[in-house]
Amino acid sequence: MKRKSISYAKWGYIFLIPFFVVYIIFSLYPLFQTFYYSFTDYVKDQGSIGGGWTRQAVEVTPTFCGFDNYSTIFTSGSDLLQSFWNTIIMWIVGFIPQIVISLILAVWFTDLRLKIKAQGFFKAVIYLPNVIMASAFAFLFYSLFSRGGAIYDLIKVPLLESVWGSRGVVGLINFILWYGNTTILLMAAIMGVDTSLYESAQIDGATSSQTFWKITIPLIKPIMSYVLVTSLIGGLQMYDVPALLTKDMGSPNGKLKTVVMIIQANKQGDIGKASALCVIIFIVSAIIGLALMFASADHDGKKKKKKRG
Amino acid sequence: MPRSTEIVGEKTNSTGLIIHRIIAYVVLVLLVVVSLFPFYLLIINATRGRSQAGIRWYPDHFLATNFKNLFSGSTAVAYGSVWRSLANSLFISACASLLSVYFSALTAYATHVYQFKLRKFADMFILIVMMVPTQASAIGFYQFMNKLGWTDTYIPLIIPAVAAPATYYFMKQYMASALPLEIVEAARIDGCGEFKTFNKIVTPILKPAFAVQIIFTFVTNWNNYFMPRLILTSKSKYTIPLVLNAMRYAGPQEKDVGMFSLYIVLAILPVVIVYLCLSKFIIRGVALGSVKG
Repeated sequence: MKRKSISYAKWGYIFLIPFFVVYIIFSLYPLFQTFYYSFTDYVKDQGSIGGGWTRQAVEVTPTFCGFDNYSTIFTSGSDLLQSFWNTIIMWIVGFIPQIVISLILAVWFTDLRLKIKAQGFFKAVIYLPNVIMASAFAFLFYSLFSRGGAIYDLIKVPLLESVWGSRGVVGLINFILWYGNTTILLMAAIMGVDTSLYESAQIDGATSSQTFWKITIPLIKPIMSYVLVTSLIGGLQMYDVPALLTKDMGSPNGKLKTVVMIIQANKQGDIGKASALCVIIFIVSAIIGLALMFASADHDGKKKKKKRG
Repeated sequence: MPRSTEIVGEKTNSTGLIIHRIIAYVVLVLLVVVSLFPFYLLIINATRGRSQAGIRWYPDHFLATNFKNLFSGSTAVAYGSVWRSLANSLFISACASLLSVYFSALTAYATHVYQFKLRKFADMFILIVMMVPTQASAIGFYQFMNKLGWTDTYIPLIIPAVAAPATYYFMKQYMASALPLEIVEAARIDGCGEFKTFNKIVTPILKPAFAVQIIFTFVTNWNNYFMPRLILTSKSKYTIPLVLNAMRYAGPQEKDVGMFSLYIVLAILPVVIVYLCLSKFIIRGVALGSVKG
């Protein structure tokens, strides 16, 4: 029997081979390469900016340059630093309405007294945009909001020509794409709350706002932070919408240029700096991801302690 | 701002409740309009001509013309062939989703069924790398693919699907609830080989999980813009979002809003149809996926 279990263990390793081989070739090794490039002044010159007229790349062998790329990024007033602010600002513009509306909807959908009818229909409709191509949305919104477009015709304001107007449009698209998803996650969380808590709150004469702030919010905090963190990590990678909307220019004034747009534009250009941007995305995602993990582990720990006590 | 706060508590105040209910329905209907209005305008625009000034509420008669133009040779030269882009996207998404579910299930099976030294480590490793965004390795990825001569091929767009940490976790959770180890034991007693057990006995049990994850992975790949943009350069290999991007670059002379809108309709139609048929399962899948959060 013992020998048999040893021979089975071998199959565990064999079945893991495809995953790890592919992961190492397509993710782990490239990740290390990216870290390496971020410490070099590796630049490939494609001949001319913005066109790539010549296929012949003038290549410089990467030489070590320490933290130069990073210090360039963090020089105040640099385009690269600006791209971080742009990304974060556009994320916030989309996220705040998203979390507020989703929370309200989730509470309504789960409210036993309110008894919202046709929930299946409403949920299906608000989730629908999430499965649609973001680039199609961006293209469509460009044709709606630009001069001569349908919405422009209604509001008579060329939103896409002002910085905050176009950031607002990006935020609006991200909101439409994601609020359905967030609503469903929050609903799942609220439905997981023990109904007896609400019942006892009712017996104790709690008002509805007290129930909301003192029971619902604290108990769905783990999911709220999960939503926040995944949305922020996703937001850092924002690319499709502003890229399509502005033809990769990040116009007006480069205030819509996101970090990933710069990375994409420099895959054959300023490789060193683009890699440094990649590494910063990695580090920031890792920090907030780990913070979430520890926060939820802490939460579980507290729960366990309570049970023991 | 309505108080969104009536949960279960509070004595029933029926007029208050009715007002609350009215507000809820008004907001919901408003959101339905916000969500569907873009699609409505899109469909209307697909029936309109080249240049479209202002808004129009009902269909025009250019649909046939737009169809003809969209599939014409000159469109293919300018932006990449529409037929090919649809076929390319279909091919990539189908291959990636099938590879992803099969190998994720195999990986999850390895850590679910077998006892071996590195089991915990493998599981932890995959959990941790789930958080690493693809963009974080983009430059190294591109340079490495370039070195291997795989840029402008579908290899970097399809093969990485084999290692999909999120799909792995979904499969693992599903196995924990739906795959008793006794089945595997029974197969062993009957003399069934390990690989055959997985293929013939385990995969049929996992069918519901496969269905959910195939849909999600398919849609993700169908909609993906970043990766194809990073890797593909020749127009004949373009996927749908790349053709869209090429259309976005059309100058004022070539711009044909009616035709572009029709292309967007075709681009999102397959996903919308599948979604309308399966929205219940998809939404349930989203809610399930959050449990781990």
